[in-house]
Amino acid sequence: MDFINAIVLLLNYIFVPALSYGSQLALGAIFVSLIYGILRFAYFTAGDLMSFGTMFTILFTWYFQSLGFSLGVLPTALIAIPFGVIITIFYVLVKDKLIFSYYRFKKSPPVMLAMVSIGTMFVTQAIVRIIIGPFDRRFFDGEKFILKANEFKEMTGLNEGLTIKSTQVITLLITIVVVSILFWFLNKTKTGKSMRAYSDNEDLALLSGIDPKKVVMITWIIAAILATVGGTLYGLDKSFKPFTYFNNMLPIFAAAIVGGIGNPFGAFLGGYVIAFSEILVTYAYRKFFIYLLPESIEPDSLLQLLSTDYKFAVSFSILVVVLLFRPSGIFKGKVL
Amino acid sequence: MRQNLDVIIAYAIMLLLIVLVGLLQSWNIALSILCFCLISAVMTMGANIQWGYAGLINFGIMGYTALGGLAAVLVSVPPVNEAWQVGGLSIVLCAFLIALMIFSIRFIIKKYKKSKKRNYGIAFIIVFGLIFLRLISGPAIESIEDVNPATSGFLGGMGLPILFSWIVGAFFAGALAYVIGKIALGLRADYLAIATLLISEIVIAVIKHEDWLSRGVKNVIGLKRPVPYEIDLQNKEWFIDLVTKFNQGTLNLITDALEKEQMIKQLVIEGSTVFVKLCFAGLFSVVVIILLIITQKALYSPWGRMMRAIRDNEEAANAMGKNVVKQHLLIFVLGSAIVGIAGAMMVTYDGLFTPGSYRPMRYTFLIWVMVIVGGSGNNFGAVLGGFAVWFLWIEAAPIALYLINFFTSGLAETNEFRIHLIESIPYFRFLMMGVGLLLIMRYRPKGILPEKIKNL
Repeated sequence: MDFINAIVLLLNYIFVPALSYGSQLALGAIFVSLIYGILRFAYFTAGDLMSFGTMFTILFTWYFQSLGFSLGVLPTALIAIPFGVIITIFYVLVKDKLIFSYYRFKKSPPVMLAMVSIGTMFVTQAIVRIIIGPFDRRFFDGEKFILKANEFKEMTGLNEGLTIKSTQVITLLITIVVVSILFWFLNKTKTGKSMRAYSDNEDLALLSGIDPKKVVMITWIIAAILATVGGTLYGLDKSFKPFTYFNNMLPIFAAAIVGGIGNPFGAFLGGYVIAFSEILVTYAYRKFFIYLLPESIEPDSLLQLLSTDYKFAVSFSILVVVLLFRPSGIFKGKVL
Repeated sequence: MRQNLDVIIAYAIMLLLIVLVGLLQSWNIALSILCFCLISAVMTMGANIQWGYAGLINFGIMGYTALGGLAAVLVSVPPVNEAWQVGGLSIVLCAFLIALMIFSIRFIIKKYKKSKKRNYGIAFIIVFGLIFLRLISGPAIESIEDVNPATSGFLGGMGLPILFSWIVGAFFAGALAYVIGKIALGLRADYLAIATLLISEIVIAVIKHEDWLSRGVKNVIGLKRPVPYEIDLQNKEWFIDLVTKFNQGTLNLITDALEKEQMIKQLVIEGSTVFVKLCFAGLFSVVVIILLIITQKALYSPWGRMMRAIRDNEEAANAMGKNVVKQHLLIFVLGSAIVGIAGAMMVTYDGLFTPGSYRPMRYTFLIWVMVIVGGSGNNFGAVLGGFAVWFLWIEAAPIALYLINFFTSGLAETNEFRIHLIESIPYFRFLMMGVGLLLIMRYRPKGILPEKIKNL
């Protein structure tokens, strides 16, 4: 019995939260990785693009709520996501046309494009803050829990409860759907294959008649979709605050690099690597060992490897270690 | 003279703008803008050395700034004797232990060839070292933080004049840059950017949460100043005389003796803040001018030419027998050290150290906007960028307010759209920065004052 209690404890405090956080990071990391592979620069606007998409989703959610429309147990935001996606796609395409395409035609070095993306980061951040303000917004409605701790305890008769929030399940389901469609698209369709070819070898791809404009456009569209969906899921699960989204850019980059930048599947796994390591290292294992060990050698300290203050620092340290020993990432991306 | 005309014009305009602020708003605001412009100029010079001379991207400016600030605390705050008594010994022991670990790992790496056994040995040292560190430091840190937690709760510093910290800050930042450079300089440009950005976040996390060292988010306030305090000035005979002399014209107009005294009192209070800021501005100008002379000399020395050669063609420079790796590391350390000076200067000016306020937007990306806008590779350009961008950053709010009022003048005062816009004025500065950066990168990619290369 104690053993099962210990397992449930880990499930509740580590596995479930890390899985949903990892999914949200993974969605971000995939599009950063795609942009790096195809457009060949580090896209510093990543976090703010997510907040941009989320902002419009929230605005549409509020609009639907004011119309008295709701999905019952599901959050209204799910209906609003497609509208947010459309506006974000429009935004990134306009941005590409006005700003990035110029440098692409001039064949500027990647550093230049990264700097330009810092400029767009400032602009996007300003737009988000001017429209919706810098404050914390909660836009979740519908049923909050799928499984409450008390219900679980009654059901199983265990000491430890397992809480599953509906947002965690929604996050996981949507991530699975979106990511599988994406990988099907990249691996099976002609456009997806041409994108991969373009990423692998630009000159060869151009020689074989791939239209670079189309490839770039599709990349931006995928980026906008992933950014909006990932951002909205994060906002539903926690809350929406532009500053947090900007900060999320850092673990997203860490995930993309750990997974091997330019390799979308690696980035997907990288998101989970980052999320799990952040939570595993900062969790206090005391209770876990109290269940497992006999009473005589019970630990009296917290058994925490690092305090939760260092959550971000953990993922960055992993990144540094990966950069040092395996610069192409765990799952072999581009060798830089 | 002719060829430096653009530099002179640009600086004249900049000074004119600051004077205008002084005349239109107040001299107090103008001087505080000037002080921060000078601090920003030092930071941009540091970034410019790395980016403009050698083409290294360093997005870790925030980390070095914070380390410079930490140096200001550690140098100027008097030591907390009680804390040293309860935990000082263990902390010193920990420092020795860390040094021992580093040296033994170095020794193993040098002495033995690459093998599984060696890796296990290193891992063994690290794991056991960390456990020992935790065992020794844990209780010590707890007891240090328990010493008067409301006012101190940390080890304190050395109680020296705060001006020393400007040099110490440079050493701190340089030492960190050496470690980071050893780790990350082999990476390609954008990887280096991301890696330094993330490492600077780690540095901030440590400063924020190691309360025994820096008091963390509880902040250190009331740092000593290298210039006189306002209160002292207001009671000094010579200062009051000086203020009356300056305002003789206006004072002569007032006939009533009591009113005159009131007026003088008011003027002295205003004058004292302005005087303090003038002193700061003077100190900062000295630093900026010294750095400008040194960097300018370096740029046109054989060493500067070598750096440009390395930047423009690494392989060719390597083939000419220049040690690219070593030079990169050197310039990385030098640039970061200059940023460290700026960090210490800033904390000196503010008189307080707030680790929670270090954010990448303000301390990394804004500095990069300054470098790009000003002109990378040109020291005068970098300084100008620091001035212009900081000026815009502060004056963005009044400008935005004016523009909003101008464009929405057709709408009623109570119009919701207008109120919303006026409420979000602080964020227009981001918009201006972004648009400014994008415009400069598009139409003047080398910055306002582009790099000039003297042909020999």
